[in-house]
Amino acid sequence: METVLEDHRDIPASANEPVLVYFSSVSGNTHKFVDKLDAESIRLPLRTGEDTILMDRPFVLCIPTYGRPRSGGAVPPQVMKFLREPKNRALMLGVIGAGNTNFGELFCIAADKIAAKCEVPVLYKFELMGTSDDVARVNEGLKAFWTQNFQLSK
Amino acid sequence: MMSEKVELVHNVEAINWNRIPDEKDLEVWDRLTGNFWLPEKVPLSNDVQSWATLSDEEKQLTMRVFTGLTLLDTIQGTVGAVALLPDALTPHEEAVYTNIAFMESVHAKSYSSIFSTLCSTKEIDEVFRWSRENEFLQKKANIIMDYYQGDDSLKKKVASTLLESFLFYSGFYLPMYWSSHAKLTNTADLIRLIIRDEAVHGYYIGYKYQRGLETETEERRQELKDYTFELLFELYENEVAYTHSLYDGVGLSEDVKKFLHYNANKALMNLGYEAMFPSSVTDVSPAILSALSPNADENHDFFSGSGSSYVIGKAVNTEDEDWDF
Repeated sequence: METVLEDHRDIPASANEPVLVYFSSVSGNTHKFVDKLDAESIRLPLRTGEDTILMDRPFVLCIPTYGRPRSGGAVPPQVMKFLREPKNRALMLGVIGAGNTNFGELFCIAADKIAAKCEVPVLYKFELMGTSDDVARVNEGLKAFWTQNFQLSK
Repeated sequence: MMSEKVELVHNVEAINWNRIPDEKDLEVWDRLTGNFWLPEKVPLSNDVQSWATLSDEEKQLTMRVFTGLTLLDTIQGTVGAVALLPDALTPHEEAVYTNIAFMESVHAKSYSSIFSTLCSTKEIDEVFRWSRENEFLQKKANIIMDYYQGDDSLKKKVASTLLESFLFYSGFYLPMYWSSHAKLTNTADLIRLIIRDEAVHGYYIGYKYQRGLETETEERRQELKDYTFELLFELYENEVAYTHSLYDGVGLSEDVKKFLHYNANKALMNLGYEAMFPSSVTDVSPAILSALSPNADENHDFFSGSGSSYVIGKAVNTEDEDWDF
C-alpha cells in the first residue's frame, strides 16, 4: 500500500471520514450503489453544460463506463470536466469502477483509464448497482484506506 | 406461434432525433449501432480443427446448447422485442426496440453460421429436431411466449429483461468454458459479441421498466415486484432442470448453476431490484469469469489486499480520450 500514495498529493490532515464523488446517469445504478455506503457522497452534475464541482477535501471517485463507441470516450464527459480541474485531480485518492462483465475487456475501462492517467489505484470494481457483499467490502475498505492514508500523509 | 396478432403503433409521427424526451434512447441507440456486427466477420472456420478434438458427446452438447440459444434469439427477435413496440412512449424508444429485434435475428442467424462451419446437414437437422422435442427448452419458450402475449406493458418488460439477462446463460456458459480451455476460440469471440449486445438490451428494457414504475401506485409496484420474483422462480426451476439434462454428462452442472445465480442477480439489478442469490452460490469458476471478461480478475479488489500485485498506471490505452490536461 505504501507505494500507492505519492508525496505530491495535496492532502489536508483534516476530514477523517471517507468522501465519494460519483457520476451516475439517469438510470441511476451507480447512485443506488453509493447510496448504500456509509460515506459522504457528492454527485457530479448530470449535464455536461452545468458547472462542475471543485473539491477541497480528499475523495475517491466512483464512476460507470460510458458506452458511446463512435463518439470516443468510455469516460463520461461530465467526469472529464471534473478531472480537468487540477485541484480535483490532486485530491483524488483512487477510483471505484461500476460496470458489467458482459462488456468483456471494456469492463470498468473508464476506471482503469482514469487510474492510469491520474496515477491513482483502482480500488474496486462492481457490477450494475452492486451486491450487499460489494457494499460491505467497499465500506470496510474505504475506512481502512482513509485511516492508512492520513497516517501516511502525516 | 402466436394466436393473436401483435397490435402495432396506432398512429405514426415523423421521428425527430433533434428533440429527444429521454436522452437514454439516443445513448443506447448510439451504443447499439456502434456495436453492430455480422457473423461473417468472425473467422469461424479457424475452429474446424479444434472442433475435431471434441468427443462426440461434447459435440452433441455444444450443438444442443447453440440450438437452445437459437430458439431464444428467435423468440426475442420475432416476438419479444416486437411486443414492446406498442408500449413505447416515444418514437425513439420504438427505434431502439426495432434495433434490438433486428440484432436478435442476427444472433439467431449466427448460430447457423457456426453450425454450417462445423457440422454436417444431417447433424444440424437432428439437433433442430431435438430442440423441438426437449421438454425443458419448450417449457422455457412457452413460459416466455405466454407472458409476451399479455397486455400489461410492464410485465412484458420484466419477461423480456429476464430473457435477455438470465435465460441465455445456461447456454453462454459452454462457449466460455471451451474458450477457457483454448477450444473453439473464434466461436467464443462471436458469442462474446452476443453477450455484449444482450447486456445493453437487458439494461435498456430494465431501465424502461423502472421509468414505467415511477408513475405507478405503491400497491401496483408491489404487485410487479412479486410478479418479477414469481416469474424468475418459475424460470429458474426450469433452468436448473434444463442445466442438469444438458451438463450432467460432462460434470459441469454445479458450476453452470452458479453462473445462473450470478446472472439472475444481474437480471434483477437491471430491473432495479437487489440481488437475491448470496455470494456463496454465485462464485463461478474464475476461468469462466476471465473468459467472459479478462478485466474482471482478482486485482480489482485493492481493499482485500489480494491485489498486492497492483501496479499504478498499468497499460491502458488513453489515446482515444479527450484529455486536455
